[in-house]
Amino acid sequence: MLQLFLEQALNGLQFGLMLFLLAAGLTLVFGIMDCINLAHGSLYMVGAYLVAAAAQAADSFWIGLGVGVAGAAVLGLLLELSLFRQLYKRDHLSQVLATFALILIANEAVRVIWGAQPVMLNPPDALAGPVEIGDFFYPAYRLVIIAFGLLVAGLLYLLVAKSRVGMWVRAGASNREMTEALGINVRALFTAVFVFGTALCALAGGLLGPLLAVQVGMGESVLILAFVVIIIGGIGSIRGALVGSLIVGSVDTLGRALLPTLLRALLPADAASTLGPALASILIYLLMAGILFFKPQGLFPARA
Amino acid sequence: MAFYRPAPYQKPVAIALLLVLAALPFGLAAVDQAFYIGFATRVLIFALAATSLNLVLGFGGMFSLGHAAFFGVGAYTAAICQQAGINEALIAFPLAMIAAGAFALVVGAISLRTRGVYFIMITLAFTQMAYYLAVSARSWGGDDGLPLVGRMTLAGVSLADDTHLYFAAFFGLTVTMLFFGRLADARFGRVIQAIRENETRMEALGYPVFTYRLVCFALGGALAGLAGALLANLTGLASPNLLLWTQSGTLLVMLIIGGVGYLYGGAVGALILLCLEEVLVGFTPHWHIVLGLILLGVVLFAPKGVAALFGKRHG
Repeated sequence: MLQLFLEQALNGLQFGLMLFLLAAGLTLVFGIMDCINLAHGSLYMVGAYLVAAAAQAADSFWIGLGVGVAGAAVLGLLLELSLFRQLYKRDHLSQVLATFALILIANEAVRVIWGAQPVMLNPPDALAGPVEIGDFFYPAYRLVIIAFGLLVAGLLYLLVAKSRVGMWVRAGASNREMTEALGINVRALFTAVFVFGTALCALAGGLLGPLLAVQVGMGESVLILAFVVIIIGGIGSIRGALVGSLIVGSVDTLGRALLPTLLRALLPADAASTLGPALASILIYLLMAGILFFKPQGLFPARA
Repeated sequence: MAFYRPAPYQKPVAIALLLVLAALPFGLAAVDQAFYIGFATRVLIFALAATSLNLVLGFGGMFSLGHAAFFGVGAYTAAICQQAGINEALIAFPLAMIAAGAFALVVGAISLRTRGVYFIMITLAFTQMAYYLAVSARSWGGDDGLPLVGRMTLAGVSLADDTHLYFAAFFGLTVTMLFFGRLADARFGRVIQAIRENETRMEALGYPVFTYRLVCFALGGALAGLAGALLANLTGLASPNLLLWTQSGTLLVMLIIGGVGYLYGGAVGALILLCLEEVLVGFTPHWHIVLGLILLGVVLFAPKGVAALFGKRHG
């Protein structure tokens, strides 16, 4: 039981860190420019496909990851310059419609280019096996993802919390007009943030590729989770996104793993087998509703 | 946004539309295109669903991404009614409206305490919950959805005939539009639009803002439930996919294309989007790309929707 718990806790941490990579870009785009980007999940999907394609072409996972992420960043730059710039000043409805259109286009374009079947992305050979931690085995690749996630999260935290650019970003998130009035080029800053967010998305997609299937529609479900994360954390707050990701990642993973067992101990088998999976799936939404009830602005509101 | 006022030419246009729609199935049958009666029914049903969203979003100003939940609850209620042996639409449809409306009342009572983006997200969260509940409820078909063994009867007349179902949907949409038109121009409609424009002021004037919003939200949910029950009869299935957030997205897209806050916005949008689909499918299997590009074009060049291109709103 303890082993299961430890293993699931590590899985939760790993999932949470990947969610953070997704949520970080989303929360900044949302926080600074007040722009709802439903296509954020599509960028994650496209990133995963680019990584898979590049890894296959170069026959190396790491080269593929680098090339794929760079490719996604270029795509993000083009999208920002051509479309998103026009959307910032529009209302939320237009943003939803436009980014919903992007989802349709991205899903179908991926289907045209790579086909409807999921694409395989293999982890590097050196990391394919499990390693022994204490008295149980854990996949080496997942450990590397955790390390990678921690590293990126740490760098991002330093960048946003300690650097000058990070200060501009935080200023932009808390009061855009004032930041502009102080002579910061918010528009250029935002292009950079958007591109950076896209790269993080693609990084998450590429890293998760070997664990999940790289397939059409993989972005939509994860997008909702990323939204839950930034709502829990407070829109525009990087710290909130990190805390929210870890909460959502571990609650979701542990809930799915432990709730059915727990319910079976408390309820008749029949009721438990129906209720268990349902409750595990809706746990994070209940959590979000609960947090919003007590903290309507999320845990770390960016706008004071 | 300006206030809704019925346009002077509205009545004659509406009567002409009614006549055309009433004659449509017979016309289609006469030219041997009876296949399209099913398609026309789909358009009417989605017009009803998008109109119910228009009540909530266009008139009430509540940006909900959870409307699919009420649509889906309506479909599931119809299927569950049939499973329980109630095959009469006159009982099942009102039950679907009550179930969807009651669910909307609960969701609204909790969600309407939040504002803006948080409201969008919390309504989305409720849709996701409903979806996962439907997927894991094995007695209701789980992943596969709950099929209907056959179409229901309406006042004893079987809806198995496509034309009969068409007229059921036609009747539902007509009554809804009449009700919606009256409501929008009545005191309730004025108040709800005023709250959309300036909530603080209406609060200060002593209007129970929360209650008005909640009633509007629940009404929209109940009408979506009716659309869901009709759709379950058309497709013969209450599918969990109806509860997915992308379904909310589709309804939103219809409404935005048609024109948010215009009486016919939802209906026009449903007609345009479904016809576009139908036409594009014939040209290319990858019609989603074309549809996406068209939607982008609408956002960039016709931001107020198609209904706004014809005539200005009075007010």
